[in-house]
Amino acid sequence: MKNARSKKAAPYIVLSILAVVFALPLVWVVLASLDLNASSGVKIPAQFTLQNYIEVIKSQTNQRALRNGLIISLFQSLIVVFISILAAYPLSRFELKCKKIFMLTILFMTALPMTAVMVPVYRLFLTVKLYNSIPGVILFMTATSLPYGIWLMKNSMDGVPMELEEAAKVDGATTLTSIFKVIVPLMFPGICVVFIYTFSGSWGNFFVPYILLSTAEKMPASVQLYQFFGQNGMVVYGQLAAYSALYALPSIILYVLSQSYMSKGFNLSGAAKG
Amino acid sequence: MKEKNQTLTEIKRTVLLLPAVILLICFFIVPILMTFGYSFSNLALSGANAKNFRFTGIENYIKMWKDRTVFISIKNTLVFLVGSLIGQQVLGFIIALMMKSGNSTFRRIVGPFFLAGWVIPEVVVAICCSTFFANEGTLNHILGFAGIPMIKFLQTMPMTTVVLANIWHGTAFSMLNFQSALDGVSNEIEEAARVDGASYLQTIVKIVIPCIRGTIATNTMLNTLSTLGVFGLIYMMTGGGPGSKTTTIPIYMYKQAFVSQQLGYGTAIAMLLLVIGIILSVLYTRIDRD
Repeated sequence: MKNARSKKAAPYIVLSILAVVFALPLVWVVLASLDLNASSGVKIPAQFTLQNYIEVIKSQTNQRALRNGLIISLFQSLIVVFISILAAYPLSRFELKCKKIFMLTILFMTALPMTAVMVPVYRLFLTVKLYNSIPGVILFMTATSLPYGIWLMKNSMDGVPMELEEAAKVDGATTLTSIFKVIVPLMFPGICVVFIYTFSGSWGNFFVPYILLSTAEKMPASVQLYQFFGQNGMVVYGQLAAYSALYALPSIILYVLSQSYMSKGFNLSGAAKG
Repeated sequence: MKEKNQTLTEIKRTVLLLPAVILLICFFIVPILMTFGYSFSNLALSGANAKNFRFTGIENYIKMWKDRTVFISIKNTLVFLVGSLIGQQVLGFIIALMMKSGNSTFRRIVGPFFLAGWVIPEVVVAICCSTFFANEGTLNHILGFAGIPMIKFLQTMPMTTVVLANIWHGTAFSMLNFQSALDGVSNEIEEAARVDGASYLQTIVKIVIPCIRGTIATNTMLNTLSTLGVFGLIYMMTGGGPGSKTTTIPIYMYKQAFVSQQLGYGTAIAMLLLVIGIILSVLYTRIDRD
Protein backbone atom coordinates (compact mmCIF):
# COMPACT_ATOMS: atom_id res chain seq x y z
CA MET A 1 0.00 0.00 0.00
CA LYS A 2 2.73 2.37 1.05
CA ASN A 3 4.73 1.28 -1.96
CA ALA A 4 1.91 2.06 -4.37
CA ARG A 5 1.49 5.54 -2.92
CA SER A 6 5.17 6.37 -3.20
CA LYS A 7 5.12 5.12 -6.79
CA LYS A 8 2.32 7.56 -7.54
CA ALA A 9 4.15 10.43 -5.89
CA ALA A 10 7.45 9.82 -7.67
CA PRO A 11 6.66 11.65 -10.94
CA TYR A 12 5.40 14.67 -9.02
CA ILE A 13 8.56 14.86 -6.92
CA VAL A 14 10.96 14.37 -9.84
CA LEU A 15 9.08 16.85 -12.04
CA SER A 16 8.98 19.45 -9.28
CA ILE A 17 12.73 19.16 -8.72
CA LEU A 18 13.42 19.39 -12.46
CA ALA A 19 11.10 22.39 -12.77
CA VAL A 20 12.99 24.21 -10.01
CA VAL A 21 16.33 23.45 -11.70
CA PHE A 22 14.98 24.72 -15.03
CA ALA A 23 13.64 27.85 -13.37
CA LEU A 24 16.90 28.83 -11.64
CA PRO A 25 18.58 30.68 -14.55
CA LEU A 26 15.35 32.63 -15.09
CA VAL A 27 14.86 33.56 -11.46
CA TRP A 28 18.00 35.66 -11.75
CA VAL A 29 16.54 37.72 -14.63
CA VAL A 30 13.39 38.47 -12.69
CA LEU A 31 15.03 39.33 -9.37
CA ALA A 32 18.04 41.21 -10.80
CA SER A 33 15.80 43.32 -13.04
CA LEU A 34 14.03 44.61 -9.91
CA ASP A 35 17.25 45.27 -8.01
CA LEU A 36 19.44 48.38 -8.35
CA ASN A 37 22.43 46.59 -6.81
CA ALA A 38 22.10 43.36 -8.74
CA SER A 39 25.10 41.08 -9.20
CA SER A 40 25.52 37.96 -11.31
CA GLY A 41 24.23 35.73 -8.52
CA VAL A 42 20.64 35.32 -7.46
CA LYS A 43 19.65 37.35 -4.43
CA ILE A 44 16.50 38.92 -3.04
CA PRO A 45 16.68 42.68 -3.69
CA ALA A 46 17.00 44.82 -0.56
CA GLN A 47 14.45 47.08 -2.19
CA PHE A 48 12.22 46.24 -5.13
CA THR A 49 12.29 48.93 -7.80
CA LEU A 50 11.28 49.46 -11.43
CA GLN A 51 14.16 51.91 -11.93
CA ASN A 52 16.12 49.46 -14.14
CA TYR A 53 13.17 49.13 -16.51
CA ILE A 54 12.74 52.90 -16.63
CA GLU A 55 16.43 53.41 -17.46
CA VAL A 56 16.30 50.79 -20.19
CA ILE A 57 13.16 52.22 -21.78
CA LYS A 58 14.42 55.81 -21.54
CA SER A 59 17.62 55.05 -23.44
CA GLN A 60 17.42 56.30 -27.04
CA THR A 61 19.77 53.56 -28.22
CA ASN A 62 17.58 50.83 -26.77
CA GLN A 63 14.43 52.38 -28.21
CA ARG A 64 16.04 52.51 -31.63
CA ALA A 65 17.17 48.89 -31.42
CA LEU A 66 13.74 47.70 -30.32
CA ARG A 67 12.16 49.72 -33.14
CA ASN A 68 14.58 48.25 -35.71
CA GLY A 69 13.82 44.76 -34.44
CA LEU A 70 10.11 45.43 -34.66
CA ILE A 71 10.39 46.78 -38.22
CA ILE A 72 12.40 43.78 -39.40
CA SER A 73 10.17 41.19 -37.72
CA LEU A 74 6.90 42.84 -38.72
CA PHE A 75 7.74 43.34 -42.40
CA GLN A 76 9.35 39.93 -42.66
CA SER A 77 6.33 38.14 -41.20
CA LEU A 78 3.83 40.10 -43.29
CA ILE A 79 5.73 39.35 -46.51
CA VAL A 80 6.15 35.69 -45.57
CA VAL A 81 2.42 35.36 -44.83
CA PHE A 82 1.42 37.08 -48.09
CA ILE A 83 3.80 35.18 -50.37
CA SER A 84 3.10 31.83 -48.77
CA ILE A 85 -0.67 32.30 -49.13
CA LEU A 86 -0.14 32.94 -52.85
CA ALA A 87 2.16 29.93 -53.18
CA ALA A 88 -0.06 27.66 -51.13
CA TYR A 89 -3.07 28.16 -53.42
CA PRO A 90 -1.83 26.34 -56.54
CA LEU A 91 -0.11 23.73 -54.36
CA SER A 92 -3.31 23.03 -52.48
CA ARG A 93 -5.88 23.34 -55.27
CA PHE A 94 -4.40 22.07 -58.53
CA GLU A 95 -2.81 18.94 -59.87
CA LEU A 96 0.66 20.14 -60.85
CA LYS A 97 3.36 18.08 -62.47
CA CYS A 98 6.09 19.50 -60.28
CA LYS A 99 4.12 19.52 -57.03
CA LYS A 100 5.67 16.52 -55.35
CA ILE A 101 9.23 17.62 -56.10
CA PHE A 102 8.42 21.17 -55.04
CA MET A 103 6.99 20.12 -51.68
CA LEU A 104 9.92 17.80 -51.01
CA THR A 105 12.38 20.57 -51.83
CA ILE A 106 10.49 22.88 -49.49
CA LEU A 107 10.61 20.32 -46.70
CA PHE A 108 14.31 19.80 -47.38
CA MET A 109 14.86 23.55 -47.11
CA THR A 110 13.12 23.81 -43.73
CA ALA A 111 15.74 21.53 -42.24
CA LEU A 112 18.93 22.97 -43.74
CA PRO A 113 21.24 24.81 -41.29
CA MET A 114 21.45 28.31 -42.77
CA THR A 115 24.55 29.13 -40.72
CA ALA A 116 26.53 27.37 -43.46
CA VAL A 117 25.64 29.85 -46.21
CA MET A 118 26.14 33.12 -44.33
CA VAL A 119 29.62 33.84 -45.70
CA PRO A 120 28.53 33.76 -49.36
CA VAL A 121 25.38 35.71 -48.49
CA TYR A 122 27.58 38.41 -46.96
CA ARG A 123 29.66 38.52 -50.16
CA LEU A 124 26.52 38.55 -52.30
CA PHE A 125 25.11 41.46 -50.29
CA LEU A 126 28.33 43.46 -50.70
CA THR A 127 28.13 42.95 -54.48
CA VAL A 128 24.46 43.85 -54.91
CA LYS A 129 24.71 46.78 -52.44
CA LEU A 130 22.32 45.25 -49.92
CA TYR A 131 24.96 45.09 -47.17
CA ASN A 132 24.08 47.12 -44.08
CA SER A 133 20.53 47.63 -45.34
CA ILE A 134 17.47 46.75 -43.26
CA PRO A 135 15.37 45.89 -46.36
CA GLY A 136 18.17 43.55 -47.41
CA VAL A 137 18.03 41.74 -44.07
CA ILE A 138 14.25 41.52 -44.38
CA LEU A 139 14.51 40.02 -47.88
CA PHE A 140 17.05 37.41 -46.86
CA MET A 141 15.20 36.39 -43.70
CA THR A 142 11.93 36.27 -45.66
CA ALA A 143 13.48 33.78 -48.07
CA THR A 144 14.82 31.61 -45.27
CA SER A 145 11.46 31.44 -43.48
CA LEU A 146 9.40 30.93 -46.64
CA PRO A 147 9.85 27.13 -46.84
CA TYR A 148 8.31 26.59 -43.42
CA GLY A 149 5.65 29.22 -44.12
CA ILE A 150 4.61 27.59 -47.40
CA TRP A 151 4.61 24.13 -45.83
CA LEU A 152 2.31 25.17 -42.99
CA MET A 153 0.12 27.35 -45.18
CA LYS A 154 -0.42 24.60 -47.76
CA ASN A 155 -1.41 22.12 -45.06
CA SER A 156 -3.82 24.53 -43.48
CA MET A 157 -5.32 25.50 -46.87
CA ASP A 158 -5.90 21.80 -47.58
CA GLY A 159 -8.35 21.92 -44.68
CA VAL A 160 -10.55 24.57 -46.30
CA PRO A 161 -13.33 22.99 -48.43
CA MET A 162 -13.39 23.89 -52.12
CA GLU A 163 -17.17 24.33 -52.49
CA LEU A 164 -17.22 27.90 -51.19
CA GLU A 165 -14.70 29.28 -53.66
CA GLU A 166 -16.43 27.40 -56.48
CA ALA A 167 -19.61 29.25 -55.54
CA ALA A 168 -17.65 32.50 -55.50
CA LYS A 169 -16.25 31.71 -58.94
CA VAL A 170 -19.73 31.17 -60.33
CA ASP A 171 -20.56 34.63 -59.02
CA GLY A 172 -17.68 35.94 -61.11
CA ALA A 173 -14.91 36.29 -58.52
CA THR A 174 -11.33 36.17 -59.76
CA THR A 175 -8.81 33.76 -58.28
CA LEU A 176 -7.25 36.49 -56.15
CA THR A 177 -10.58 37.68 -54.75
CA SER A 178 -11.60 34.18 -53.86
CA ILE A 179 -8.27 33.59 -52.13
CA PHE A 180 -8.40 36.73 -50.02
CA LYS A 181 -12.18 37.04 -49.52
CA VAL A 182 -13.15 33.39 -49.15
CA ILE A 183 -10.19 31.20 -48.21
CA VAL A 184 -8.13 33.53 -46.04
CA PRO A 185 -10.87 34.26 -43.49
CA LEU A 186 -11.47 30.50 -43.14
CA MET A 187 -7.84 29.68 -42.46
CA PHE A 188 -7.16 32.55 -40.11
CA PRO A 189 -5.76 30.33 -37.32
CA GLY A 190 -3.22 28.80 -39.72
CA ILE A 191 -2.18 32.25 -40.91
CA CYS A 192 -1.71 33.38 -37.31
CA VAL A 193 0.55 30.41 -36.63
CA VAL A 194 2.73 31.25 -39.64
CA PHE A 195 2.83 34.92 -38.66
CA ILE A 196 3.67 34.24 -35.02
CA TYR A 197 6.23 31.60 -35.85
CA THR A 198 8.01 33.84 -38.36
CA PHE A 199 7.82 36.87 -36.11
CA SER A 200 9.37 35.23 -33.08
CA GLY A 201 12.02 33.51 -35.18
CA SER A 202 12.95 36.87 -36.64
CA TRP A 203 12.76 38.73 -33.32
CA GLY A 204 15.20 36.27 -31.76
CA ASN A 205 17.54 35.98 -34.75
CA PHE A 206 21.00 37.16 -33.82
CA PHE A 207 23.34 35.76 -36.46
CA VAL A 208 21.80 37.19 -39.65
CA PRO A 209 21.63 40.88 -38.60
CA TYR A 210 24.99 40.52 -36.85
CA ILE A 211 26.59 39.50 -40.15
CA LEU A 212 24.59 41.58 -42.62
CA LEU A 213 24.41 44.92 -40.77
CA SER A 214 27.34 47.06 -39.67
CA THR A 215 26.24 50.41 -38.25
CA ALA A 216 24.86 50.77 -34.73
CA GLU A 217 21.84 52.80 -35.95
CA LYS A 218 20.50 49.80 -37.86
CA MET A 219 21.04 47.06 -35.31
CA PRO A 220 17.94 45.28 -33.99
CA ALA A 221 17.47 44.51 -30.30
CA SER A 222 18.98 41.02 -30.55
CA VAL A 223 22.38 42.34 -31.61
CA GLN A 224 22.27 45.44 -29.43
CA LEU A 225 21.42 43.44 -26.32
CA TYR A 226 24.42 41.24 -27.03
CA GLN A 227 26.63 44.32 -27.39
CA PHE A 228 25.16 45.76 -24.18
CA PHE A 229 25.99 42.46 -22.48
CA GLY A 230 29.55 42.49 -23.81
CA GLN A 231 30.27 46.14 -23.00
CA ASN A 232 28.48 47.08 -19.79
CA GLY A 233 26.64 43.91 -18.88
CA MET A 234 29.19 43.00 -16.29
CA VAL A 235 28.71 46.36 -14.59
CA VAL A 236 25.01 47.12 -14.70
CA TYR A 237 23.49 43.71 -14.12
CA GLY A 238 20.14 45.18 -13.14
CA GLN A 239 19.68 46.93 -16.47
CA LEU A 240 20.96 43.93 -18.38
CA ALA A 241 18.32 41.79 -16.70
CA ALA A 242 15.58 44.36 -17.27
CA TYR A 243 16.50 44.70 -20.94
CA SER A 244 16.57 40.89 -21.32
CA ALA A 245 13.14 40.61 -19.74
CA LEU A 246 11.66 43.36 -21.92
CA TYR A 247 13.18 41.87 -25.06
CA ALA A 248 12.01 38.32 -24.22
CA LEU A 249 8.46 39.45 -23.43
CA PRO A 250 7.12 39.57 -27.04
CA SER A 251 8.42 36.03 -27.67
CA ILE A 252 6.66 34.75 -24.56
CA ILE A 253 3.38 36.54 -25.35
CA LEU A 254 3.42 35.30 -28.95
CA TYR A 255 4.07 31.73 -27.82
CA VAL A 256 1.11 31.83 -25.45
CA LEU A 257 -1.04 33.31 -28.24
CA SER A 258 0.05 30.68 -30.73
CA GLN A 259 -1.07 27.95 -28.35
CA SER A 260 -4.65 29.11 -28.65
CA TYR A 261 -4.44 28.92 -32.44
CA MET A 262 -2.89 25.48 -32.58
CA SER A 263 -5.87 23.35 -31.79
CA LYS A 264 -4.12 20.06 -32.25
CA GLY A 265 -1.09 21.07 -30.28
CA PHE A 266 2.35 20.60 -31.66
CA ASN A 267 2.71 18.96 -35.03
CA LEU A 268 6.05 17.40 -35.86
CA SER A 269 5.76 17.07 -39.62
CA GLY A 270 7.94 19.66 -41.24
CA ALA A 271 8.73 21.02 -37.83
CA ALA A 272 10.97 23.90 -37.03
CA LYS A 273 14.64 24.33 -36.85
CA GLY A 274 15.51 25.16 -33.28
CA MET B 1 -4.15 22.40 -79.67
CA LYS B 2 -5.47 20.71 -76.61
CA GLU B 3 -1.94 20.05 -75.38
CA LYS B 4 -1.04 23.69 -75.85
CA ASN B 5 -4.04 24.67 -73.76
CA GLN B 6 -2.96 22.34 -71.03
CA THR B 7 0.52 23.84 -70.88
CA LEU B 8 -1.11 27.26 -70.77
CA THR B 9 -3.27 26.40 -67.75
CA GLU B 10 -0.29 24.78 -66.08
CA ILE B 11 1.65 28.03 -66.50
CA LYS B 12 -1.31 30.13 -65.36
CA ARG B 13 -1.68 28.00 -62.27
CA THR B 14 1.95 28.29 -61.29
CA VAL B 15 2.09 32.09 -61.61
CA LEU B 16 1.16 32.43 -57.95
CA LEU B 17 4.22 30.40 -57.04
CA LEU B 18 6.50 32.88 -58.77
CA PRO B 19 7.20 35.37 -55.93
CA ALA B 20 8.15 32.51 -53.63
CA VAL B 21 10.25 30.79 -56.25
CA ILE B 22 12.12 33.98 -57.17
CA LEU B 23 12.95 34.78 -53.53
CA LEU B 24 14.00 31.20 -52.84
CA ILE B 25 16.28 31.15 -55.88
CA CYS B 26 17.90 34.52 -55.14
CA PHE B 27 18.44 34.18 -51.42
CA PHE B 28 18.41 30.45 -50.77
CA ILE B 29 19.61 28.46 -53.75
CA VAL B 30 22.12 30.97 -55.12
CA PRO B 31 23.92 31.25 -51.74
CA ILE B 32 24.12 27.45 -51.54
CA LEU B 33 25.66 27.30 -55.01
CA MET B 34 27.97 30.19 -54.12
CA THR B 35 29.12 28.24 -51.07
CA PHE B 36 30.22 25.41 -53.34
CA GLY B 37 31.92 27.85 -55.72
CA TYR B 38 33.70 30.09 -53.21
CA SER B 39 35.08 27.15 -51.29
CA PHE B 40 37.33 26.58 -54.33
CA SER B 41 38.54 30.20 -54.40
CA ASN B 42 40.89 32.50 -52.50
CA LEU B 43 38.19 35.13 -51.86
CA ALA B 44 39.41 37.53 -49.16
CA LEU B 45 38.58 40.99 -47.84
CA SER B 46 42.14 42.02 -47.02
CA GLY B 47 45.70 40.97 -47.72
CA ALA B 48 47.26 40.00 -51.01
CA ASN B 49 44.40 37.74 -52.04
CA ALA B 50 41.83 40.53 -51.83
CA LYS B 51 43.05 42.16 -55.05
CA ASN B 52 43.79 38.93 -56.77
CA PHE B 53 40.62 36.83 -56.74
CA ARG B 54 40.92 33.50 -58.50
CA PHE B 55 39.79 29.93 -58.27
CA THR B 56 42.39 27.86 -56.54
CA GLY B 57 40.99 24.36 -56.94
CA ILE B 58 41.16 22.26 -53.84
CA GLU B 59 43.79 24.46 -52.17
CA ASN B 60 41.40 25.39 -49.32
CA TYR B 61 40.64 21.76 -48.68
CA ILE B 62 44.35 20.89 -48.55
CA LYS B 63 44.83 23.78 -46.14
CA MET B 64 41.96 22.44 -44.01
CA TRP B 65 43.52 19.01 -43.95
CA LYS B 66 46.70 20.52 -42.50
CA ASP B 67 44.89 22.90 -40.11
CA ARG B 68 44.81 21.47 -36.59
CA THR B 69 42.04 23.82 -35.52
CA VAL B 70 39.76 22.32 -38.16
CA PHE B 71 40.07 18.93 -36.50
CA ILE B 72 39.62 20.46 -33.07
CA SER B 73 36.47 22.22 -34.25
CA ILE B 74 35.10 19.01 -35.79
CA LYS B 75 35.73 17.20 -32.52
CA ASN B 76 34.15 20.06 -30.53
CA THR B 77 31.12 20.08 -32.82
CA LEU B 78 30.66 16.34 -32.29
CA VAL B 79 30.99 16.65 -28.50
CA PHE B 80 28.54 19.57 -28.48
CA LEU B 81 26.16 17.66 -30.75
CA VAL B 82 26.20 14.32 -28.94
CA GLY B 83 26.06 15.94 -25.50
CA SER B 84 23.11 18.13 -26.47
CA LEU B 85 21.27 15.30 -28.24
CA ILE B 86 21.55 12.86 -25.36
CA GLY B 87 20.77 15.48 -22.72
CA GLN B 88 17.81 17.05 -24.51
CA GLN B 89 16.21 13.80 -25.60
CA VAL B 90 16.68 11.80 -22.41
CA LEU B 91 15.46 14.69 -20.27
CA GLY B 92 12.70 15.51 -22.75
CA PHE B 93 11.55 11.90 -22.78
CA ILE B 94 11.59 11.53 -18.99
CA ILE B 95 9.67 14.77 -18.52
CA ALA B 96 7.13 13.83 -21.20
CA LEU B 97 6.66 10.39 -19.68
CA MET B 98 6.13 11.73 -16.18
CA MET B 99 3.86 14.50 -17.40
CA LYS B 100 1.62 11.82 -18.86
CA SER B 101 1.01 10.27 -15.46
CA GLY B 102 0.62 13.62 -13.68
CA ASN B 103 -2.73 15.38 -13.36
CA SER B 104 -3.56 18.27 -15.66
CA THR B 105 -3.39 21.08 -13.08
CA PHE B 106 0.08 19.97 -12.07
CA ARG B 107 1.11 19.80 -15.73
CA ARG B 108 -0.10 23.31 -16.30
CA ILE B 109 1.97 24.55 -13.36
CA VAL B 110 5.30 22.88 -14.16
CA GLY B 111 5.02 22.98 -17.98
CA PRO B 112 5.95 26.68 -18.36
CA PHE B 113 9.20 26.16 -16.44
CA PHE B 114 10.42 23.69 -19.05
CA LEU B 115 9.12 25.74 -21.96
CA ALA B 116 10.57 29.08 -20.86
CA GLY B 117 14.17 28.33 -21.85
CA TRP B 118 12.95 27.31 -25.31
CA VAL B 119 10.57 30.20 -25.92
CA ILE B 120 12.91 33.07 -24.99
CA PRO B 121 15.33 34.39 -27.65
CA GLU B 122 18.84 32.97 -28.02
CA VAL B 123 20.55 36.11 -26.70
CA VAL B 124 18.54 35.93 -23.47
CA VAL B 125 19.35 32.23 -23.14
CA ALA B 126 23.05 33.10 -23.42
CA ILE B 127 22.73 35.89 -20.84
CA CYS B 128 20.77 33.71 -18.40
CA CYS B 129 23.28 30.87 -18.68
CA SER B 130 26.35 33.12 -18.57
CA THR B 131 25.22 34.65 -15.29
CA PHE B 132 24.02 31.29 -13.94
CA PHE B 133 27.45 29.71 -14.49
CA ALA B 134 29.47 32.87 -13.69
CA ASN B 135 32.14 32.76 -11.01
CA GLU B 136 29.92 34.80 -8.69
CA GLY B 137 26.80 33.35 -10.27
CA THR B 138 23.77 31.51 -9.01
CA LEU B 139 25.18 28.00 -9.34
CA ASN B 140 28.31 28.89 -7.37
CA HIS B 141 26.11 30.49 -4.69
CA ILE B 142 24.17 27.25 -4.38
CA LEU B 143 27.36 25.15 -4.33
CA GLY B 144 28.71 27.55 -1.72
CA PHE B 145 25.78 26.73 0.57
CA ALA B 146 26.73 23.08 0.24
CA GLY B 147 30.30 23.93 1.18
CA ILE B 148 31.72 23.32 -2.30
CA PRO B 149 34.41 25.86 -3.27
CA MET B 150 33.84 28.11 -6.29
CA ILE B 151 34.16 26.44 -9.70
CA LYS B 152 35.13 28.58 -12.69
CA PHE B 153 32.69 26.82 -15.03
CA LEU B 154 33.27 28.97 -18.11
CA GLN B 155 37.07 28.74 -17.79
CA THR B 156 37.71 25.20 -16.58
CA MET B 157 34.86 23.27 -18.20
CA PRO B 158 33.61 25.51 -21.02
CA MET B 159 32.30 22.72 -23.25
CA THR B 160 30.25 21.10 -20.50
CA THR B 161 28.85 24.53 -19.66
CA VAL B 162 27.70 25.36 -23.19
CA VAL B 163 26.27 21.86 -23.60
CA LEU B 164 24.28 22.30 -20.38
CA ALA B 165 23.10 25.70 -21.63
CA ASN B 166 21.96 24.14 -24.90
CA ILE B 167 20.19 21.33 -23.04
CA TRP B 168 18.38 23.93 -20.94
CA HIS B 169 17.38 25.71 -24.15
CA GLY B 170 16.39 22.71 -26.27
CA THR B 171 14.82 20.15 -23.95
CA ALA B 172 11.34 21.60 -24.38
CA PHE B 173 11.36 20.92 -28.12
CA SER B 174 12.00 17.20 -27.54
CA MET B 175 9.56 17.18 -24.64
CA LEU B 176 6.75 18.54 -26.83
CA ASN B 177 7.49 16.05 -29.60
CA PHE B 178 7.57 13.13 -27.17
CA GLN B 179 4.41 14.31 -25.42
CA SER B 180 2.40 14.26 -28.61
CA ALA B 181 3.90 10.88 -29.56
CA LEU B 182 3.17 9.36 -26.14
CA ASP B 183 -0.45 10.50 -26.38
CA GLY B 184 -0.70 8.20 -29.37
CA VAL B 185 0.50 5.11 -27.47
CA SER B 186 -2.59 3.29 -26.29
CA ASN B 187 -2.82 2.60 -22.58
CA GLU B 188 -4.26 -0.84 -23.33
CA ILE B 189 -1.00 -2.22 -24.72
CA GLU B 190 0.85 -0.90 -21.71
CA GLU B 191 -1.66 -2.35 -19.30
CA ALA B 192 -1.65 -5.70 -21.10
CA ALA B 193 2.12 -5.83 -20.69
CA ARG B 194 1.80 -4.99 -17.00
CA VAL B 195 -0.78 -7.72 -16.48
CA ASP B 196 1.60 -10.18 -18.10
CA GLY B 197 4.08 -9.28 -15.38
CA ALA B 198 6.34 -6.79 -17.13
CA SER B 199 7.99 -4.25 -14.84
CA TYR B 200 7.57 -0.51 -15.38
CA LEU B 201 11.03 -0.24 -16.95
CA GLN B 202 10.42 -3.25 -19.19
CA THR B 203 7.14 -1.77 -20.42
CA ILE B 204 8.92 1.44 -21.37
CA VAL B 205 11.89 -0.18 -23.07
CA LYS B 206 10.00 -2.98 -24.82
CA ILE B 207 6.62 -1.37 -25.56
CA VAL B 208 6.65 2.43 -25.34
CA ILE B 209 9.97 3.20 -27.01
CA PRO B 210 9.37 0.91 -30.04
CA CYS B 211 5.93 2.53 -30.46
CA ILE B 212 7.39 6.02 -30.78
CA ARG B 213 10.57 5.17 -32.67
CA GLY B 214 9.42 7.22 -35.66
CA THR B 215 9.22 10.30 -33.47
CA ILE B 216 12.60 9.53 -31.92
CA ALA B 217 14.14 9.34 -35.41
CA THR B 218 12.57 12.57 -36.66
CA ASN B 219 13.34 14.37 -33.43
CA THR B 220 16.98 13.25 -33.51
CA MET B 221 17.31 14.38 -37.10
CA LEU B 222 15.79 17.84 -36.49
CA ASN B 223 17.83 18.35 -33.33
CA THR B 224 21.01 17.30 -35.11
CA LEU B 225 20.37 19.78 -37.91
CA SER B 226 19.60 22.67 -35.59
CA THR B 227 22.44 21.86 -33.17
CA LEU B 228 24.98 21.78 -36.02
CA GLY B 229 24.01 25.34 -36.90
CA VAL B 230 24.25 26.76 -33.37
CA PHE B 231 26.40 29.86 -33.42
CA GLY B 232 25.00 32.59 -31.17
CA LEU B 233 24.76 30.64 -27.92
CA ILE B 234 28.40 29.51 -27.94
CA TYR B 235 29.70 32.75 -29.42
CA MET B 236 28.02 34.85 -26.75
CA MET B 237 28.92 32.61 -23.82
CA THR B 238 32.56 31.80 -24.58
CA GLY B 239 33.47 33.30 -27.95
CA GLY B 240 34.80 29.86 -28.88
CA GLY B 241 37.35 29.94 -26.07
CA PRO B 242 39.21 29.74 -23.84
CA GLY B 243 41.74 29.02 -26.58
CA SER B 244 39.75 26.93 -29.02
CA LYS B 245 38.08 24.72 -26.42
CA THR B 246 34.55 25.59 -27.56
CA THR B 247 35.35 26.46 -31.17
CA THR B 248 32.80 24.52 -33.20
CA ILE B 249 32.61 24.50 -37.01
CA PRO B 250 30.28 27.56 -37.21
CA ILE B 251 32.51 29.52 -34.80
CA TYR B 252 35.67 28.65 -36.72
CA MET B 253 33.94 29.52 -39.99
CA TYR B 254 33.03 32.91 -38.52
CA LYS B 255 36.55 33.53 -37.21
CA GLN B 256 38.20 32.68 -40.51
CA ALA B 257 35.72 34.56 -42.67
CA PHE B 258 35.11 37.70 -40.61
CA VAL B 259 38.00 38.05 -38.17
CA SER B 260 40.83 36.87 -40.42
CA GLN B 261 38.78 38.03 -43.44
CA GLN B 262 39.55 34.91 -45.48
CA LEU B 263 36.09 34.40 -46.99
CA GLY B 264 37.16 31.59 -49.31
CA TYR B 265 38.66 29.54 -46.52
CA GLY B 266 35.73 30.31 -44.21
CA THR B 267 33.38 29.04 -46.92
CA ALA B 268 35.38 25.83 -47.30
CA ILE B 269 34.92 25.25 -43.56
CA ALA B 270 31.21 26.00 -43.94
CA MET B 271 31.08 23.29 -46.59
CA LEU B 272 31.56 20.73 -43.81
CA LEU B 273 28.29 21.92 -42.31
CA LEU B 274 26.50 22.26 -45.60
CA VAL B 275 27.36 18.77 -46.85
CA ILE B 276 26.36 17.11 -43.57
CA GLY B 277 23.26 19.32 -43.53
CA ILE B 278 22.27 18.35 -47.07
CA ILE B 279 22.73 14.62 -46.43
CA LEU B 280 20.72 14.71 -43.20
CA SER B 281 18.00 16.90 -44.71
CA VAL B 282 17.54 14.46 -47.58
CA LEU B 283 17.27 11.62 -45.06
CA TYR B 284 14.78 13.72 -43.10
CA THR B 285 12.49 14.20 -46.11
CA ARG B 286 12.60 10.41 -46.53
CA ILE B 287 11.56 9.51 -42.98
CA ASP B 288 8.94 12.21 -42.91
CA ARG B 289 7.05 10.61 -45.77
CA ASP B 290 6.26 7.40 -43.96
